[in-house]
Amino acid sequence: MSARYYWGLHLGLIALLFAGHFVLPAYQHGNVARIMVLAVYAMGYNIAFGYTGLLSLGHAMFFGAGMYGMGLLSYHFDAGALPAMAAGIVAGAMLSLVVGLLALRTAGVSFMIVTLMFSQALAMTLVYFRDITRGDEGFVIPSATRRLWGMDLSDEAHRYLIAWGLFSIVLIFTLWLVRHRWGRVFVALRENEERASLLGYDAFRTKLGALVISGTISALSGAAYALLFGYAGATFAGVQYSIFPLLWVLLGGAGTVLGPFVGALFMFYLIDLSSGVTDAYMLIAGVALVLLTLFLPQGLVGEVKRRLWRDLP
Amino acid sequence: MSVILQTRGLSRSFSGLRAVHEVDFDLPQHKIRALIGPNGAGKTTFVSMLIGRLPPSSGSITFEGRDVTALPAPKRVGLGMAYTFQITSVFGKLTCHENVALAAMRRLGGDTAAVDAEVREALTRVGLADRAADVAGDLSYGHQRLLEIAMGLAQRPRLLILDEPTQGLAESEIADFKALIRALKAETTILLIEHNMSVVMELADRVTVLNFGEVLAEGTPEEIHASRAVQAAYLGTGTEEASC
Amino acid sequence: MDMPGTAPCVCPLPGGARAQDATDFMDFGPYLMLAMLEGAVLASVLALMASGLSLVFGVMRVVNVAHGEFYMLGAVMAWAVTSFIGGGPALAFIAAAILAPLLVGGLAALADIVILKRLNYDPERTIVATIGLLYILQQATLMSYGADARPVVPPFNHRIALPWIEWGEGGLAFYFPWGLSTTSYKLFVIGAAVVLIAALRLFMTRSRAGLIMRATQLDGDMATAFGIPVERVYAAVFGVGAGLAALAGVLIVPIQQAHYLMGGDALLLSFIVVIIGGLGSLAGTIVAAVLIGMSDGIISVFFSPTLAKILATLAVALVLVFRPQGLFGGKGR
Repeated sequence: MSARYYWGLHLGLIALLFAGHFVLPAYQHGNVARIMVLAVYAMGYNIAFGYTGLLSLGHAMFFGAGMYGMGLLSYHFDAGALPAMAAGIVAGAMLSLVVGLLALRTAGVSFMIVTLMFSQALAMTLVYFRDITRGDEGFVIPSATRRLWGMDLSDEAHRYLIAWGLFSIVLIFTLWLVRHRWGRVFVALRENEERASLLGYDAFRTKLGALVISGTISALSGAAYALLFGYAGATFAGVQYSIFPLLWVLLGGAGTVLGPFVGALFMFYLIDLSSGVTDAYMLIAGVALVLLTLFLPQGLVGEVKRRLWRDLP
Repeated sequence: MSVILQTRGLSRSFSGLRAVHEVDFDLPQHKIRALIGPNGAGKTTFVSMLIGRLPPSSGSITFEGRDVTALPAPKRVGLGMAYTFQITSVFGKLTCHENVALAAMRRLGGDTAAVDAEVREALTRVGLADRAADVAGDLSYGHQRLLEIAMGLAQRPRLLILDEPTQGLAESEIADFKALIRALKAETTILLIEHNMSVVMELADRVTVLNFGEVLAEGTPEEIHASRAVQAAYLGTGTEEASC
Repeated sequence: MDMPGTAPCVCPLPGGARAQDATDFMDFGPYLMLAMLEGAVLASVLALMASGLSLVFGVMRVVNVAHGEFYMLGAVMAWAVTSFIGGGPALAFIAAAILAPLLVGGLAALADIVILKRLNYDPERTIVATIGLLYILQQATLMSYGADARPVVPPFNHRIALPWIEWGEGGLAFYFPWGLSTTSYKLFVIGAAVVLIAALRLFMTRSRAGLIMRATQLDGDMATAFGIPVERVYAAVFGVGAGLAALAGVLIVPIQQAHYLMGGDALLLSFIVVIIGGLGSLAGTIVAAVLIGMSDGIISVFFSPTLAKILATLAVALVLVFRPQGLFGGKGR
């Protein structure tokens, strides 16, 4: 199927979510705003894991770098929304560059553990310097920061639109990236690194590029989360927030542009529904991880791609 | 006649075992050179060092007058060397078109039209034009070998190293392969590791024989065919290649 | 490491049991000795738990992220068994030390058959699946056992005052500094760990089952060719590995309390030990456990335990980056 169809599909989703702003009831409206921000995180993760085959267990450090880079500038220096966001994004980009330079010397299982360890070190560091970060409690983003172009971001409607804007930009960027030759080299590295090297592609530099793009988008999501929902806390840099994007991407379909959103949407509602019933809502996440690896390794969109629409990006 | 590739004293040992020992090798431009030798003679080790998959223990490699001994594989490919794998190593989940496009893209960059044209041409030359949309992993073994060669062609290399390209090909495919390589001679230099003696005899301008990691003989196919030393080497190891 | 959620203050291993209140009363020497004793208890439990992780990696070439939860289950089951069996703390404890590892090991073997076998032990998918298993075990414990930390009465617990030698006015003098003491149970934990690890080593080197496991470790395909039932060996190894973690949990629970989040920190420490010691090497694991356990005890005297953990975590990451060959070997990539 030609490019026209999948551009139609992806732009259609963006239009649908825009329409959602006007028709969704208040509670769902808030949920979808949150899901769109988290889907940005998942899309960032997917560039490393889904397209390049870099299975990181430590992406929460990038999400956390964005959140704290943004939050601390706002909390301690009363920065405006845009400089604070920029600080978060730059923090994530720098961190992913440094982590990439080190961690990408390893591969496979070692890479998973190294990223997990780096992420743990950051999470513990955030707790350790409690004078600056307020430790485990975290802190509320001052309302002075939460204004953008005259909009009050604690207002539900503004929040949804900003989330929608970010989501749309990242979705279109991903769609462009994976069809660009860089994205195609990412896939080549995922499929067969040695072959790609012998076609003249520098595996280390390409993977580093993928990880920095992935980390930067994750940081963007973390910064936006703090900005829109007004809180930064160490939990967001913990292991659980490294597992979540893996779960969303696996559920939706690794290496598909729509997969991260679909996965985040389903998992959010699954956990939302079950947390009404029990405190042990993470049980759902555990069961989902096991069932997905066993029975649906391609994920939902991946399955569509495999059966119906082979060249879906 | 200028030399495109040169090695001096090239050696590689694996935990004390000498796989390749002090090989001096000169390859002139626009020639087809065959590299033969019994199993375990060090052929694949030798070409792996040429392309940069393996670092040599000692010695040097010069490509077009430039010392490339310390360059990593991707850089050597960037200079115009290409390598096709002995054990088929295509991107199994991608289509044939995408496989060859990856080979062409590094040189042609983001020019989609040029890449597409290059891919079509390379696939046509190996006879896989009608398979462009097929997933590489679903192809027969012989077709995967041809795809591998197409990926080599699409790089438009100045030196093409083919590691046992005809292994697993049918007779008719081998005939096509011979025609293809002859046509390529005008464009590039070819180093061919080959077991099939009819391919060697028909295609090669000169033949280099490796045995126990050292150059045993070098000459025209006829000279090599007549050489007692070569026959002894093959018979001595009792491999079936000698009968070809 | 706060694997999912943060426990208010459940220090899962005795490294947390520092004697800061004692600093004011004690001289440096006796205090260091106390720290080393605490470190030795941590090292013993850690060595036991990490040998399980190391055994599983050594034979099956997979990393079991749910290992910390087996340790937690051991502790929780020890609580359950001791609360429901009468006949005094000693008998109840012995029952717990037998039943908990058996039950946890059986559960792990079942998980191996139902989940890991079907993934063909693919290294990356196995990690993802064991992350899922981690949450399932932890959250199921939260649903059944609850969020409280509960104590288990030690089978015996005598306070043992320890002597200290000092060069005083009248030459060498023995005395018993205030606060320098340990308990008989803590000494028992150290002794038990030494005996168990020696037994594990004998089992692996001398018994037929151990030989089969090591043959499978060397070459799975070859083992199959020789008629070794590799699948059953894998299930057994996974069960034994989990059983060792559960046993560590049983041993620790009279010192610490059982809590559903206690597996996280234990997992992190075991990872550190196993990576520094070289995954799959039992001897290396034990040396590293002693090193990490003792230094955690001692470093925590001078620095904050969080800082010690941050530094240890970074150190391990860098070890993996710069010395991967000696740690994960070739096959583990």
